[in-house]
Parts: sequence; structure tokens; C-alpha cells
Amino acid sequence: MTYRSRAVSFFAVLLLQVCAVAQGGGQLRFCLHSDPKTFDPVLVEDDASERVRYMTGGFLMRVNRLTQELEPELATSWKLSKDGRTISFQLREGLHFSDGTPFSAEDVAFTMQRLMDPSLHSPTGDAFRSGEGKLQTQVTAPNKIAVTFPAPVASLDRKFDQVAILSAKSPKKEMAVLGPFYVADYKAGAYLLLNRNPNYWKRDEQGRTLPYLDSIRLDIQQNRDTEMLRFLRGEIDLIDTVDAEYFNRAQTEEAGSAHDAGVSLDPEQLWFNQTAKSPIPAYKRAWFRSTNFRVAVWEAVNRDDMARLVYRGRAQAAVGMLSPADKFWFNSALRARPYDPQAALKLLAQDGFHLQNGQLLDRDGHTVEFSVVTGAGNKTRERMATMMQEDLSKIGIKLSVVTLDFPSLIERITRTFDYEACLLGLTNMSLGPDAQMNVWLSSAENHQWNPSQKQPETAWEAEIDRLMRLQASSLDPKKRKDAFDRVQQIAWEQAPFIYLVNRHALSAVSPKLHNVQPAVLQPYVYWNIDRITMNAEAASK
Amino acid sequence: MIWLRNISIGILAAIFLASLFAGTLAPAPYAKQFRDEPDAAPSRQHWLGTDDLGRDRFSRVLYGTRISLLLAPAAAFLAAVLAGLIGGVAGYRGGWTERGLMAAADLVLSLPWLFLLLAVRALMPLNVAPIHSVMITFFILGCLGWAAGARVVCAGARSLRNSDFALQAQALGCSETRLLLRHVAPNLRPILLAQFWISVPVFILAEANLGILGLGVSEPVPSWGSLLRELEGLTAISGKPWVFVPLLLLIVSVTSFQVLLMDQEMPV
Amino acid sequence: MRHILFLIAKHASRILLITLAGGFLAVALARLAPGVDEREIDTRLSDESRAAIQQSHDAERNVFHFYWVWLGGLAHGNLGMSQALNRPVAELLSERLPVTGRLLGWGLLTGWGLGLGLAVPLVFLRGRAYDLGASALAALFLCVPAAVLALLFVLLRAPAALALGLLVFPKVFRYARTLLQQSAALPHVLTARAKGLSSIRVLFWHYLPPAAPQWLALLAVSITLALSIAVPVEVVCDLPGIGQLAWRAALARDLYLLVCLTGIVTLATAAAKSASELLGETLRPLS
Repeated sequence: MTYRSRAVSFFAVLLLQVCAVAQGGGQLRFCLHSDPKTFDPVLVEDDASERVRYMTGGFLMRVNRLTQELEPELATSWKLSKDGRTISFQLREGLHFSDGTPFSAEDVAFTMQRLMDPSLHSPTGDAFRSGEGKLQTQVTAPNKIAVTFPAPVASLDRKFDQVAILSAKSPKKEMAVLGPFYVADYKAGAYLLLNRNPNYWKRDEQGRTLPYLDSIRLDIQQNRDTEMLRFLRGEIDLIDTVDAEYFNRAQTEEAGSAHDAGVSLDPEQLWFNQTAKSPIPAYKRAWFRSTNFRVAVWEAVNRDDMARLVYRGRAQAAVGMLSPADKFWFNSALRARPYDPQAALKLLAQDGFHLQNGQLLDRDGHTVEFSVVTGAGNKTRERMATMMQEDLSKIGIKLSVVTLDFPSLIERITRTFDYEACLLGLTNMSLGPDAQMNVWLSSAENHQWNPSQKQPETAWEAEIDRLMRLQASSLDPKKRKDAFDRVQQIAWEQAPFIYLVNRHALSAVSPKLHNVQPAVLQPYVYWNIDRITMNAEAASK
Repeated sequence: MIWLRNISIGILAAIFLASLFAGTLAPAPYAKQFRDEPDAAPSRQHWLGTDDLGRDRFSRVLYGTRISLLLAPAAAFLAAVLAGLIGGVAGYRGGWTERGLMAAADLVLSLPWLFLLLAVRALMPLNVAPIHSVMITFFILGCLGWAAGARVVCAGARSLRNSDFALQAQALGCSETRLLLRHVAPNLRPILLAQFWISVPVFILAEANLGILGLGVSEPVPSWGSLLRELEGLTAISGKPWVFVPLLLLIVSVTSFQVLLMDQEMPV
Repeated sequence: MRHILFLIAKHASRILLITLAGGFLAVALARLAPGVDEREIDTRLSDESRAAIQQSHDAERNVFHFYWVWLGGLAHGNLGMSQALNRPVAELLSERLPVTGRLLGWGLLTGWGLGLGLAVPLVFLRGRAYDLGASALAALFLCVPAAVLALLFVLLRAPAALALGLLVFPKVFRYARTLLQQSAALPHVLTARAKGLSSIRVLFWHYLPPAAPQWLALLAVSITLALSIAVPVEVVCDLPGIGQLAWRAALARDLYLLVCLTGIVTLATAAAKSASELLGETLRPLS
């Protein structure tokens, strides 16, 4: 064979392979952990419904999960007003919903009016609520609309990442969609079938219509063990969120299938109950209100060991309220607090704590012991609490671990305040401070350590209130960043939350899938679902 | 087979003594975390390896035996006594007494009692000692575990009501209470022993399952139930046979109980 | 005939009363337990939305009022709306009952087959070694956590009903063993065996009839036991039955689901017992 013919053969084979990969088709299979509660994108509040919305919804713009940048989708461009209250969209023309109904600015207006309907109490809509008054929509052309809010909304454009557009006219109502897939079949408790939307507007760089896949079958699978087993057997093609212990198993049994995209947005955190109306003894409340006490506990806990043992090395010690995965908003000047029991004891000594026969006592002679509540059935948190128990015993603090079923736990931390410390995790669906307003404002009900304050009880909480409102009302990204950096600094110094670890974004993906680029924003794996493809052999099955 | 009985007694005595002297026999405190040796295989230092937090599994099995082997049989005994009393009285008296008590048994079998357990947990202070929390849990399990056995006991007592010896005793002027306790109850003993034998492992497992809801024994105190929960995971089932030791121990204990009870179950 | 009809009517009214009482007590117990809607800690929600969630549960606070309203709905075929799954309860039950029914049917068949299959040879072989072996086997399945066995069956791709059967059989075996041994000591049985009657004949005509009420009671008990074991089996094997539903309802404090599911379980328990009693009363002349 001549050199030239060899080269031709090589490129022919390569081309065939590219074609085979790019030819598309096939059914992707993975699992939802519960039945979706609703297919109405405005009413989505649970994880399963959110995932279905992600794959079926058409959005004006989307946050690219890899670059974390906002990208145009149904809107070709948008403009924010100087006062932060109005956003104007230029929409794509000639698009249709999955049932053929034409898409226009009227649909955007209808969606926004529905979203902001106070009687629906939409969690997505609540993110836009910044003040009293009605939403106004102004359709200036079939492909132009301006949406005006009663008050400035922070990160207004980014919030549209969660708003799937409904059809104002379709008889199919919320089942008519603009996304890459539509709900074709649903058997409750068993599976959900999404078919390729023949009217999907997007095309790839070669001009071929997306999505590449023909369909997606979502099995309703509660049990994570069974889910992993099915993945290892090849019955499902991906697991979007994998626990650390299963990650290692997938890595061992199917090389190349386990993906660690790096540290995720999600922290595990502990806080102390500082509420005045709580039934805990006053002397304990005094401990919990002491910054030195909180920082001492933070530094006495070996978070690196937690990451190593509980998360099998697939986590890292948390720095503060944001994870480094939030590239723009994370305050990079902050560092993880060191594990230093001796430093912890010095801090405690400043507040009059002292060791006696290996037991820590406060200045009035009370034995320092408290309980931490966490959700029962969550083995990861139970292990973390057990490790904290061991670590704190080294500085003479007796910690009891109390696991409660989740509704009981919620009642204690939101209604009765009958708890001393709580260990929970946070799932951050979005970047930056916007989703955290309800946590950091001292008047908010989710200001967990001391909620619903009429006036901020401490100077640092008053400062955080001021800074959060400042960044929420400003349109200047730099001003917002500076304000929020300062909030992170104060939170690090005052430690109302003790941030333990940030877990990694772990997923499992079958090698027969292509164009998969795991990210640290959820969904980790199928964020580019319209571009995922599978090899020809799998596609033909 | 006397030798079999003796072996069973020996096994149970060994397990009981081992748990009693756990402080001496255990190579390490049950809560101590050897963080450089998590999930270790059995070795000279750790005879049954370590768990995922590096705690010596053999020590935890020894200490866990105390809670499970003492409290579960106590709860099972309570359940058997209640089953005998309620089922026996219901079956023997018949009529509305039987209907009422068996209706109560049906309700006890059907109702979601975990809410009662959750309510009890809510009433207990958060800092309650783990041993008190688990004792209360087992007590409630014992109080609720009578219903299934009571139904079978009731049917048995009903058939004994009209038996020859019962009629003869009545004819001789035997009081109802004496008849029930001295003549009917001994004939129900085999069923009650069966009930007891079944209840012991059921309550040990129930304590483990209640851990999922925040009841049962709390960390770091071990119990056989919490050790058996280690088996509930794909990663646990394969590649680490030593995690099955608590299960093996439970099976051996329950079988040994059974051998001891065999002779007692012969009808009077 | 009139007597049998009277008995059926008596048992039917008993079943109805117990079922209604069971439903009410389930609601009362659920209200007694602590816990609030998990959505209350969703940081995305505004204070008004959170208040609306709390208000939506106001109707459930008064147990009597809630139950009265539910009974009214029941009379019109409306079993209420599941808050946890956001679907009508009637729809959920109609989808899931057949799944659990199949699981229970095959599971009980397997459990009784194994239980009796091990217990019956015991009375004829009379070997301690066999007794010990059978007891050890029963002890094994009595001690294995249901979730672990179910997971093992998922691993082996074996039917979940077999797992249920293996979990039910130790209890059936234990009671069956005792009942058969009791019957073996009865004078008429000893006479029948001494007269050389075949084992099958002795078993069906002399062992079983005297203890018929207890066998039937055991059958009723095993149905209730199987229902409780079905919960972890369905959860692990991901079978969309009412056991899995019951677990979700309990965790979410979903009152409409709870009252209906408890009603079903109570109905099944009471009906099984009544059936066994009716059968017992019919068979009495034969024993």
C-alpha cells in the first residue's frame, strides 16, 4: 500500500467514525429519584420536576454550566435598564412549540404574568420578587418585549435561567414546550419518556438540527444502590450525582466512567442556635453567641479528615459561605481555617473557658456539652457528626449526636427552636448572593441561627444587612462584588455558620456517550443535553 | 441431645460473658477512630478490621452485644407476656371480650406506630443518654409487638376453652383465673415461646431500622442493629466478608436460643 | 344458610368499624408526631409563600374535622390529594395496589410453601438434626435485614416476591412447627398412626383439622406481616407498590395518603381475620 493510499484510508476511517459518532439517534437512559410533582414549569419546586424542566423547557437565556457565563437562547439579545427594574428582549423569530403553536413575545408576557401571580407561590417567581407592586409587560413587536418589575431585581438577567417559556395559546398548555425534548409518556412510579422535539430551534455548527438523541427514558428509581448497580450493568447510561463511596466503585469497575469535575457549589455547614426565644439554657446561648467559641469549634474540627474519610477524598475543607467553584463571586482572599486545637483552646481561654480533668468548663463552672441535630438516614452527615464528636472531645467538649427525621428537624429549627446546634448541607442551584438573601438578611425567616429579627442584634449582622441590600440594588458588577466580598469576610470572621466541607461534583457516565463535559453546576452531566450523542452501536439498540 | 443443649448454653454464655467483659477483651475503645486505617481488613491489631471511620469493629461488636442481647430479649419477653395475657383472656372468655381485644390487635397491627415513636423522641430531651433512648425504644417495641402473637394465642385458648380438662376443672369448682393461669396458660407456652423466639431478632432489626428515623441508639454507641446497617449498601456486600460477622453472631445466638427452647416447646 | 349470611353480615360490619377506627387513629397519630413541611426551609421562597404553605396545612390540624371531610369525600369516591406526590390518592392507589397484590400473593405462596415444607417433615422424621437444621435456616432468614436480602436479590436479578417469601417463611415455619407438634401429641393422632394410616392421610385428616382455627389465625397474621415486610422490599427493589408509597407518606406526613393506606392495611388485616373465623366456624363440624 502506498503512503498516499494509507493516508486516504486513515482519513476515511476517521471520517466514518466521526459520522458514526455524530450521526446521533439512540435513547439515553438514566434515573430520577422520585416522581416529578408537576410538569408546569412555573410550579416546579422539587428536584425531579426541575430536571424535567431543564430538558424540556425553552429559556430566553441560559447559564452555561461549564463557563458560568450567560448565553442567549430564545432571546438573541437583552438590555437592562439603568434602574435595574426593566429588561428588554429581542426574540428569535419563526420558532414553534413542540405542538406547532408559533412562539412570540405574547408567550413571554403570559409566562411572566403567570410566574409572578402571587396566588401560585412559585419558587421561581419568588426569586424575582423584590418589592410590592405588579409586574408590567410591554409587547412592542411579535419579537420584542419589555418586562418591568416594581423594584430593582439583583442579577435580573441571570434569573431567567430558571424561567421556561409557556405557550399562551396552545391547547396542550404546559405540555407544549420549546426545549430539545417533550414529555411523550409517563407511567407514575415507573418511568418518564421524553421524545425529541421536532420543532426544536437549535442547530449545530454544521447546520444539523438538535438534539442528537432520539429520546430519553427516565426511570423512577429511589434506591441509590440499585441505581449504581444498574449503571454498572449497563442498564442506564449516566448518574448525574454520585456519592463518594459509589464513585470509587464506578472508578474501579468501569474505567473511564467516573468523573470528578472538581469542587461543587454545595457546602456542609454547622450553626449554633442563638435565638433569644429558644428554650435552651441561657449559659449555653451565651456560649453560642461568642465569636471566640464559634471560631474555636471551627478550628477544632479536622475538616481535612472529614473530606478524606467521609467523602473518600472527594471533597475539600470549606473556606466560607461560597465555594471556589463560584468563579466570579468567591472571595479568593479568604483561606480555609486551619485545624488547630491548641489555637482553639487559646480562643476559648479568652472567654474564660478552661480545662479541668480533661473536661472543658465555662467561667461559671458549667461543663461544656451540647448536642448537634442532623437528618436521620443521611449516613454522610451522621459520620461527619461522629467525627466532630471525636475532635471536640480532644478539647474537652462533649458533643452528643442526635439524628431526627427530616420533618421533625425542620420543626425544631424553624418553629420551636428547641435545638442547640444543627448540621445540614446546602444545595446551591445558582451562583452568587441572589439565592442567599433569605439567609443573610437578619429579618429573614431563613436566617438560621437567629431568624426574623426585628432589628439586627449585632453590629456585624447590621453591616451584613447593609451590604446585602447594597449589592442587591446595584447594577455595577464591581460594586456588587466588593460588597459581597466584604459579606464573605464578615461571615468568615464571625462564623455564624461553621463551613465544614465542599463536596465535589461527582458523576458516572457510560463511555458510549459523547460530548459529555461534566460541570460543577447542576445538572453536572446533561447540562448540554441537546448535544450529547452516543456511539452508533448503542444508538442502534 | 444433651450435648447440643450444652453447646448452645456454652455459646450463649460465651457471648454474654464476652459482652460483660468487653472493657477487658476489646483491643480498643469502641469510639476511638484510627483515622489512618479506615475500612481496614482484619489484622493482628484489628481482628475484624475497621469501619469507615477507622473504629475497631471487633470492639464495637463486643460492646454492641450488651445492648442487643439484653434489651431485645427483654422487649421480646414483654411482647410475649402481653400476647399471652391478652390473647389468652380473649380466647378463653370469648364473646365481646374476644371481639374487643382482637379488634384492638387488628388496629395495633395496622396502625403506623412510627409516629408514636417520633412523638416519644420529640418529648425526650435532646441530651438524653443513648442508653436511655434505646431502652425507651425497646420498651415501646415490646408494648406494641404483642398483636401478631395474641391472635394465634387467642385461637389456641379458644380451642382449649372447651377441652376435657378445662370442663373437668370447671366442674370441680376451679375459678376462672386459676383455670386460665394453671391449666390453659401452660398449654399456650409453646406458642408463646415461638413468639419470643421470633421477636428477638425482629426487635434487633427494628432498632436498626428505627435508626433511619432518628430513634434507636445514637453515635458512637454501637448495637448489633447499627452494625447490621453497615450491610445495607452495595459496597458493603461485596469484597468485605468480615462485615457479616454481626449477622453471623445474631444467627448463632438466635439458633442457640431455639435449641434451648426446643424442649420447652413440647406440649404439656 | 341464614346463619352463614348473619355471620357474614356480622363480620362485614366489624370490618367496617375497625377500618374506620384505623383510619382515624392513623390521622391522630400522624398529627401527634412532630414535623412540618420540608418546603419551609426552601431559601427561594418568599415569606408570603412560606406562610401560604403553613396555611395549606391548617385544615389538617383538627383531626376530627379533617377525618369528617375525608369521609365526606370518600362517600363521593374522592380519596383526597396527595401533597407529597401532587396526585389524587385514588389514582395512586389504583396504579400501585396491583403491584403490591402480586408481590404479596407470590410472596405468601412462597413463604407458606417453604414454611410448611420444612415443618411437615419434622413431625414425620422426628430427627433432632433435621429440626436443628431447619431452625438454623429459619433463623438465618429471620436475622437478615429485609433491605439487605432485597438488595441481594436485586444483585442476583431474582424476583422480589421470592425475597418476601424467604422473609415470611421463618415466622410461618416457627408457628407451624409448634402447631404440628402439638397436634402430634393428641390421642387420636397417635391412634391413627398406630393403626397404620398413611402419612398424607394422617396429616390432612388428623393433624390439621384440630388446630384449624390457629392455622387460619396464622394465615391472617402472615398477611399482615407480609404487608409490613413489603415496605423495605419495595423500596429497595424499586417496585411502585403501596409499600413504597406508605414510606413516602410517613416521611412527608401526607395525611390523605396515610389515612387511605392505613385503611387498606386495616381492612386487609380485619378481613383476613374474619375470613379465617368464618372458615373456622364452617369447618368446625369436621374437626
